[in-house]
Amino acid sequence: MTLTRFVTKNALRNKRRSSLTVLSIGFSLLLLTLMMAIWRNFYLKEGSEVSALRLVTRHKVSLTFSMPSYYREKIRALPGVAVVVPQNWFGGVYKDDKSRNFFAQFGTDPEEFFKVYKDWEIPVDQIVAWQRDRAGAVVDTKKAEEFGWKVGQKVIITGTIFPTNLELTIRGIFKAPQPTQALYYNQKYVEEAVPYMKGQQGFYTILADSPESVARIGPAIDAMFRNSPQPTRTETERAFQLGFLAMLGNVKAFILSICGAVVFAILLVSANTMAMSIRERTREVAVLKTLGFTRRTILGLFVGEAIVVALVGGVLGSVAAFLIGVGAGKAGGMMGALQVSLPTILVAWCVAALVGFISAVVPSYHASRLNIVDGLRHIG
Amino acid sequence: MPIPISYNIRNMKLRKGLTIMTALGIALTVTTAIFIMALLAGLQRAFVTSGNPLNVLVLRKGSTSELTGPFPAENFQVLKTLPGVAKDSHGDPLVSGEVTVVIVLPRRDGSGEVNVTVRGMMQDGLELRPAVKLAQGRWFAPGQREIVVSNSIHKRFQHADVGDSVEFGKGSWQVVGVFDAGGTAYESEMWGDVNQMTSDFDRQGVYSSAYLRATDAVSAEALKNRVSDDQRLKLDSMLETEYYAKQTSSGAVIRTIGWIVAVIMAIGSSFAAMNTMYAAAAYRSREIATLRVIGFSRPSILTSFVLEALLLSLLGAAVGIVLMLPFNGMTTGTQNQTTFSEVVFGLQMTPGVVGSAIIFALAMGLIGGFAPAWHAARQNILNALRG
Repeated sequence: MTLTRFVTKNALRNKRRSSLTVLSIGFSLLLLTLMMAIWRNFYLKEGSEVSALRLVTRHKVSLTFSMPSYYREKIRALPGVAVVVPQNWFGGVYKDDKSRNFFAQFGTDPEEFFKVYKDWEIPVDQIVAWQRDRAGAVVDTKKAEEFGWKVGQKVIITGTIFPTNLELTIRGIFKAPQPTQALYYNQKYVEEAVPYMKGQQGFYTILADSPESVARIGPAIDAMFRNSPQPTRTETERAFQLGFLAMLGNVKAFILSICGAVVFAILLVSANTMAMSIRERTREVAVLKTLGFTRRTILGLFVGEAIVVALVGGVLGSVAAFLIGVGAGKAGGMMGALQVSLPTILVAWCVAALVGFISAVVPSYHASRLNIVDGLRHIG
Repeated sequence: MPIPISYNIRNMKLRKGLTIMTALGIALTVTTAIFIMALLAGLQRAFVTSGNPLNVLVLRKGSTSELTGPFPAENFQVLKTLPGVAKDSHGDPLVSGEVTVVIVLPRRDGSGEVNVTVRGMMQDGLELRPAVKLAQGRWFAPGQREIVVSNSIHKRFQHADVGDSVEFGKGSWQVVGVFDAGGTAYESEMWGDVNQMTSDFDRQGVYSSAYLRATDAVSAEALKNRVSDDQRLKLDSMLETEYYAKQTSSGAVIRTIGWIVAVIMAIGSSFAAMNTMYAAAAYRSREIATLRVIGFSRPSILTSFVLEALLLSLLGAAVGIVLMLPFNGMTTGTQNQTTFSEVVFGLQMTPGVVGSAIIFALAMGLIGGFAPAWHAARQNILNALRG
């Protein structure tokens, strides 16, 4: 019998205990994998190449303050700026005031919108149709599916911030690399209906002509408006999005503390199991020693067994997490953050193996140091 | 005859390591659950206990929050003269026209910037909110560029000490005081004079909202209906308490994620508890057989083992609760989905939260303990005695 086979046999000896341990570790690692996936998707993953070229300029005080429309031309004139479009939050509701009917609507300039968001997919004829219809709108595929909207359909968005309703016709449906859940309409519509919005814009999205320009444009814009009544704050699209995340609360600390609790919990579970199974086998250890197995081999046997059990749990858990991520990715929106990537799975396996190793070290060490005579005398 | 509970306690003491490790595992799960429930309880408190039931909040028709709908100041003059409005200490109507804006402040710990609500109010605004107490310094003076900040803003953000100045609008504002709002939604705000603010934010001639104090509950209802039904005003009104109760949905994200995490961890811990109890039953199979021979029935053995599992989980719950105690009252913030500004709230380990945590732990113990107990009670006496 080879040593590997001995380890597997031992791991399978008490099937109920092993499977309970595997299940327990599996569930914990499922959670750990999902948390790590969220972390990675929020903080580590680089956006698409085009996304890295985009910047957002808002009023320095906060997003709820608007800036004059002429800023657009001034920003456009800066070297390195390819395209600029204004965007305005409408904050309306579709049908009624239920949270599921609350989604993002932005007023923008259809002429140049898809030049800034050139990585979004939409048929050219739909863009043209949108540009021709002042009351037209384009909407994210996910949102269109959710509400059952088709091209050509009329939708009414009730205003909550502005004293007007939008009666829009869906002219196009676009697909963004990361689902936006948003609807875009022509801001001129709102400017006509709400006079005080004329000449005001919420924020600007800028496309830089090269990655080198990105770092330069931000400070240049902010310097240009520093002493005006409406100073600005420019950041990359990614930093802008992370700013929203930061408002949800201390997400980083929340995820980290959950990960910590989970890792510690599986460590306990695994250590518990190993302590139990090694204790049961005290007499066997003595026999192995009598047969001439060295301390080191015995230590290796038990540690190996713990790693095998923890790894099986880890593999099951991370595969389950992966499947959940695939399902969540289809749902889109914030759920997309649950998508699990290969490196995340590998990290989860390493954590599982490490936990198995640590949990077995102390009891195995004791077992390997056992006095043979005491061991043989030991009663189950 | 039932098996005495001391039997279980002694058994748990006998295998200390096993008991402690399993209980710790349960404790960790309980800690997570308490953390999430305490967050939600704090959030609930920030909204539900906010507002005075006699205060009527007036907004523009169609507007859902104080932030979104300005209405002309002329309308405010009409509101002042409505019947049922209480008098302030000077004998004038107790009303306040207010303006709210959102500004960005850097966090004290350097972990980014957050939206904070700034509220401009009339002097009566303070009298309308008697629950809010001054903790440091003094209240803002009318006509001055002065603000008072809430206790938690004072603690969590930079430039929020008395004597500091905050830059927003058309210049800097002096912080002259800190107020204590007792964990209500006002804990997320900074207050100043309304006239200064409207001119700073170019909102002259409009108010974001108005507060009216009714003389009693009946006139509060009447006042509410009167304002909402008046076709000329184009205004909507609600009790201040109703307004805040509607905003509790801000916790939806935390609630969903929190429960998913807690349930997955609970499943994991139940399996671990099951493991421990199976081991306990296996170690004691001869003992159990002896008990059966002496005359203890199967149901009493089943009960005894289930009880032991419950004791184990209770121990875990106790440890978990103790572990979480230092965090009680810790404040944190999340985004209010109605006003897009930060709402600050404390972790509240209310009796309800602690009770739910114990029930949560007992459920884990029951799930983890029943199958092993069943197994122990059903085993063959002869085989067990021989084993």
